[in-house]
Amino acid sequence: MRVRFASLVLALAAFALPAQAQNVDVSILAATCAGCHGGNLDGSGPIPGLKGQQQAYLGNQLQAFKVGARPATVMNRLARGYSDDEIVALAEHFSKMK
Amino acid sequence: MTAFTRRHLLASAAGSAALIGLPAIARGQAAAKVVVIGGGFGGATAARYLKKGAAELQVTLVEPSATFVTCPYSNLVIGGWRKIESITFTYDKLAKEGITVARDSATAIDPQKKEVRLAGGRTLSYDRLIISPGIDIRWGAIAGYDEKAAEAMPHAWRAGEQTLLLRRQLEAMPDGGLFVMAAPANPFRCPPGPYERVSMIANYLTQSKPKSKILILDAKENFSKQPLFQDAWAKLYPGMIEWIPVGKDGKVVKVDPAAKSLETEFGTVHKAAVANVIPPQMAAKIARDAGLADQSGWCPIDPMTFESKLHKGVHVVGDATIAAPMPKSGFAANSQGKVAAAAAIAMLKGKQPPPVGMVNTCYSHVGKDYAISVAGVYRVTDKGLIEVPDSGGVSPRQWDDGNRRMESIYADGWYASITGDMFG
Repeated sequence: MRVRFASLVLALAAFALPAQAQNVDVSILAATCAGCHGGNLDGSGPIPGLKGQQQAYLGNQLQAFKVGARPATVMNRLARGYSDDEIVALAEHFSKMK
Repeated sequence: MTAFTRRHLLASAAGSAALIGLPAIARGQAAAKVVVIGGGFGGATAARYLKKGAAELQVTLVEPSATFVTCPYSNLVIGGWRKIESITFTYDKLAKEGITVARDSATAIDPQKKEVRLAGGRTLSYDRLIISPGIDIRWGAIAGYDEKAAEAMPHAWRAGEQTLLLRRQLEAMPDGGLFVMAAPANPFRCPPGPYERVSMIANYLTQSKPKSKILILDAKENFSKQPLFQDAWAKLYPGMIEWIPVGKDGKVVKVDPAAKSLETEFGTVHKAAVANVIPPQMAAKIARDAGLADQSGWCPIDPMTFESKLHKGVHVVGDATIAAPMPKSGFAANSQGKVAAAAAIAMLKGKQPPPVGMVNTCYSHVGKDYAISVAGVYRVTDKGLIEVPDSGGVSPRQWDDGNRRMESIYADGWYASITGDMFG
């Protein structure tokens, strides 16, 4: 029992994540965006870059895509696949990328 | 915590690592070795994301070809919109990033010894293996359709010389000729691909050979983005395309390459001026030989890690896997390659693999300034791999020309991005 408990504590310690991103590995989620927004998330032609954009702007736009307030082609369908917490975490992650 | 000594902690750390897999980095090795087999959408992506995620890893990409021709956008070459050079990529950037590119074929995998044998005679040892083998054609599944027949009736379902062959045949076809496509039953690589191809060919024929007709003989009852494709065909290419589903005798069971004829289940023989036979498929040979495929011919995986359910230490990604509801698409393989890379890195460190997030977006060009898409967001829950409820789906049917045009522009942006993500 003791050993098992210890490994659980270790496991939890190893995977501590930012408070707003529980159960989310934001780098994994961000990598899903690279398929369209570019390997470095700096955009491609008509598809805008995400890297270094303002956090509040990104969060608001993703949320607007999700609820349909901002019409788009594919982004409404995709944004609906992300939780509110994940959108917050992604916006923060993109805004901090250099 | 105070009750536990350092020794307790070390013992339990080693114990939990052993449960998860190979604690190669924890074991104190200088650099763990990951071999990636296959330099396509899954493999090239996995190799780059292994290096991005853990620069210290020794990553070897095994790929026999010096260049890679993408299946996505090969239909645009067939339709005359693109040159094949514009969809051909090298591994130069990967090599510059420190990935060892072994230009060789993997001929065997020994999951017990953790070794990959190469056609050139070398043996590579690995701590973890990621294989993105792609598909093989099931030769003979349609009677008379073998490798020789594919020179007369191309499949063009692996991009390259077959793509160019089909293009040349269309260029040589007289105006008024009949183009016949045999489309396969599910599952197969790129579900909307046959219908994008038909669209591109219809676009070419409308401009260059307008008396020609297109016949699709289909081994299934419905197909990806069907209402969107059929709406577009009626609008852009009226009267040119006929589609026969399996229930109306659409399943091709036999071909005669010399006569360029295709025979269906109930004995109807269709004579083509140009025939494109897209046969049933399965995971590529290296995966089947290594025991990574089940009786279906495809590879079962754990969607948390894309580790094979049949061999520990081996991750399988891309078209060869059983990963429904994800389609067999280049974008899905790219997304899976990132999950496998992150999982491999975590498992090498004796850690839990991170939670899975995956996406697919497949664009299909249907005509000039007219494209459609299907999108999906995927997670792993206690029910396995799922599409997030109320997300994803296809482009709305009622959209106006402006949105169709935007999707054609975004499709080109997507292609530039994903090939940049794979090849730099």
